[in-house]
Amino acid sequence: MTQVELPRNTPPEDNRSGNQTVVQKHPKAWKWYDYFTFNTDHKVIGLQYLVTAFVFYLIGGLMAVVMRAELATPDADLIDPNLYNAFMTNHGTIMIFLWIVPSAIGGFGNYLVPLMIGARDMAFPKLNAIAFWLNPPAGLLLAASFIFGGSQSGWTAYPPLSLVTANTAQSLWILAIVLVGTSSILGSLNFVITIWKMKVPSMKWDQLPLFCWAIMATSVLALLSTPVLAAGLVLLLFDINFGTSFFKPDAGGNVVIYQHLFWFYSHPAVYLMILPIFGIMSEVIPVHARKSIFGYKAIAYSSLAICVVGLFVWVHHMFTSGTPGWMRMFFTISTLIVAVPTGVKIFGWVATLWGGKIRFTTAMLFALGLLSMFVMGGLSGVTMGTAPFDMHVHDTYYVVGHFHYVLFGGSVFGIYSGIYHWFPKMTGRMVNETLGRIHFILTFIGTNLTFLPMHELGLQGMPRRVAMYDPQFVSLNQICTIGAYVLAVSVIPFTINILWSWVAGAKAGDNPWNALTLEWTTSSPPLIENWEELPVVTHGPYDYGLNHSLEVQPSAATQVGA
Amino acid sequence: MQQIPVSLWTLLAGIVVTVLSIWVGQNHSLLPIQASQQAPLVDGFFNVMLSIATALFLVVEGTIVIFLVKYRHRPGDDTDGVHVEGNLPLEVFWTAVPSIIVLCLGIYSVDVFNRMGGFEVGSHPHMPHSPAHVAQMPGSAIAATLSDASLDESEIPSPAPIPKIGIGATPTELGKPADLVVNVTGMQFAWLFDYPESGVNTGELHVPVGADVLLNISATDVIHSFWVPQFRLKQDAIPGIPTQLRFVATKPGTYPVVCTELCGGYHGSMRAQVVVDTPQEFESWLSENRIAQQQDMQKAVASNPADLSTSEFLAPHAQQMGVTTATLAQIQK
Ligand code: HEM
Ligand SMILES: [Cu+2]
Ligand SMILES: [Cu+2]
Repeated sequence: MTQVELPRNTPPEDNRSGNQTVVQKHPKAWKWYDYFTFNTDHKVIGLQYLVTAFVFYLIGGLMAVVMRAELATPDADLIDPNLYNAFMTNHGTIMIFLWIVPSAIGGFGNYLVPLMIGARDMAFPKLNAIAFWLNPPAGLLLAASFIFGGSQSGWTAYPPLSLVTANTAQSLWILAIVLVGTSSILGSLNFVITIWKMKVPSMKWDQLPLFCWAIMATSVLALLSTPVLAAGLVLLLFDINFGTSFFKPDAGGNVVIYQHLFWFYSHPAVYLMILPIFGIMSEVIPVHARKSIFGYKAIAYSSLAICVVGLFVWVHHMFTSGTPGWMRMFFTISTLIVAVPTGVKIFGWVATLWGGKIRFTTAMLFALGLLSMFVMGGLSGVTMGTAPFDMHVHDTYYVVGHFHYVLFGGSVFGIYSGIYHWFPKMTGRMVNETLGRIHFILTFIGTNLTFLPMHELGLQGMPRRVAMYDPQFVSLNQICTIGAYVLAVSVIPFTINILWSWVAGAKAGDNPWNALTLEWTTSSPPLIENWEELPVVTHGPYDYGLNHSLEVQPSAATQVGA
Repeated sequence: MQQIPVSLWTLLAGIVVTVLSIWVGQNHSLLPIQASQQAPLVDGFFNVMLSIATALFLVVEGTIVIFLVKYRHRPGDDTDGVHVEGNLPLEVFWTAVPSIIVLCLGIYSVDVFNRMGGFEVGSHPHMPHSPAHVAQMPGSAIAATLSDASLDESEIPSPAPIPKIGIGATPTELGKPADLVVNVTGMQFAWLFDYPESGVNTGELHVPVGADVLLNISATDVIHSFWVPQFRLKQDAIPGIPTQLRFVATKPGTYPVVCTELCGGYHGSMRAQVVVDTPQEFESWLSENRIAQQQDMQKAVASNPADLSTSEFLAPHAQQMGVTTATLAQIQK
């Protein structure tokens, strides 16, 4: 594979003659205000994604806390039920489309992929910046939708409900999703080409860090499925505003077709939210356990397997909808199959711990928390994957419990783990480990307190997406609400830690964790074009225990590159 | 003291985990009581899955905890762990075991689904005529005429589309017509139950215990979903697509009917009741309601019920069924 010569991506004042880099004139770092502009550096874009997404996370989290406060009592006494539905819808939408997807793929993907494969930037830097800048307007559209009551039909937006409630807000919601969908398509295209074409020649395919494999699988999945969602939503938009009747049952439309279009994307979307996180896990665990990853090939291939099988399981969200029996059975089987490659990853990480020298850094604590909670989410997922049992728990709090174990216990823990792990690289400073541990303990307790009782609520008969419920469920609901308050508080030590450490944390050095992947071979934070001289790959990304002392590794400043 | 070999510990742990998991699967109190013929099937399946899940959970979490303690970093040790890149037999093992488990679960769920009646949907959608117990009731002749004239033609579009979706006859009921047919209509934010054989319309579902009941489910405005947790059965009510649920209630009592598909602001309050009566209670309930509604219907007959829309037709009953005029406005389309 040849190295594609990159569009160079330096500020205009940089001088270069021919292809000779003039090192002295190379600006070392961006100024703070560069982060607020249309910048094409993948690292700037990565941080833009991460910080913006975190702000959205706080907003979405606030909505969740209001919802849980409402559910502390069986009656709808705190907020109007329609407002409750607007919060419920936008909470889900923001968490998925403006927090997890943009931070895991846009944030970590952009920041890390070029650094991990020894490239100076992404393949299409401008496109990359455009992809990011589609996100803030999407957020503004959602905010504006609240002027019109907010969209209230859930993040699934099933017609006919989405056709008859809060039309303007619903239209704005659709536009927002189409924007982030476009962003995701542009970003994915960029990742596929970058990983495919731009890794340093000295890196063999089996030396590609697993995070990059995960981003590759994620991107392929996003490219295949996002257009289908966009199509479904555009048809919905037409139905609302232009008098078409694709999904209007009284005019010959078919509402179940929408569900197929929606879930054909949105089941893969749940993998979009977890595959990059799996990638983060595969990076963090070996470093802090001082162990080679167990079963590199199995983990890489299982991502691809999930990506393929994940395209054929969508009907498990429709087991009680307009689906015939044979279809319910077919998708039961395919859903059960998708659990196998997921299990392979879990076992691989557990085996990685064996024989290690595990360091309980905050990054590692979050990774371990993820490992322990994802098991729970995976097991409940398998139970719901079977149509006969799902007929009982579908659309109940059991489902809410399940997907928060995977999304909060999984994706959010993974993002936290990644932030603690790469913060020194991104900022050049260490985080405060004590505050980090407090953050971890509060989050771990809060997550289990909030989401564990939900399984029982669902089994006993509490439907989801309700603002009022049967008083028999009040005590379990109050436990959930207390848990949500703990989670709200847990964000405080994190935010303080990040802000304070960014300004005044201890200096990190290039490689504080003694890690072996390429991003640690450059300075912290990395130079604008990542390396003066591109590094040479002399060993695998996880060769711990083989005495690759770090001096052997080509250091950016002193050794001549390829 | 003599060292106990690791294999013995593993054996012991294996036995403890197995016993504990099986116990958990049989002795949890996570599910509400069982009140339909399908419920024990679903619960038996869930209990097996819960046992397997508990065992896997204990093994994986236990392994994690043991590794965390055993392989924790000790101060002053700056070396790496041993270099292991994988182990093929082990990887084959932990791919094969889950594969076998999910294969068995897949076969088991097809079996359960079949016994629940998942494959025989719509084979007998329309009941030929009133079953004996309805026909013998006083006044049933009038009711039958009325229902034929007013309901079958004005409410159910004819020819009625055959619902192919939901839960149908179980293998033992195959080929037999259901004992009782009820048309269930979901609307924002209420359930309506219509007994076409006897012309009764209510906001509360009554079924006799032990009878083979067929619910024809539809919706007038948005999607709703009909769920009785104690029956372990759920089926969406979809505008434009008829669906059905067929079941035998096995335990007299009153259970909630819960809407589980988001249908608007008051989705959470869209609840009704299903009362599982003894056959005698059911008969008397039916005749009471029929007599009460018959008078209303005679008024309706005077004004030619076939010309009435559903909501006009139902208006006199609205109060008694707890249906608001707002909901009636919804059906008036
Ligand atoms: C072992 C792997 C998994 C299996 C077998 C599984 C299975 C399922 C099933 C069957 C449902 C539908 C339940 C219902 O609506 O009745 C569901 C819902 C859901 N799952 Fe998973 N799941 C798995 C992992 C994940 C992961 C990794 C994520 C995301 C990170 C995820 C996120 C969700 C979400 C968001 C929903 C709710 C969708 C909605 O709004 O209805 N799941 N899962
Ligand atoms: Cu899914
Ligand atoms: Cu509802």
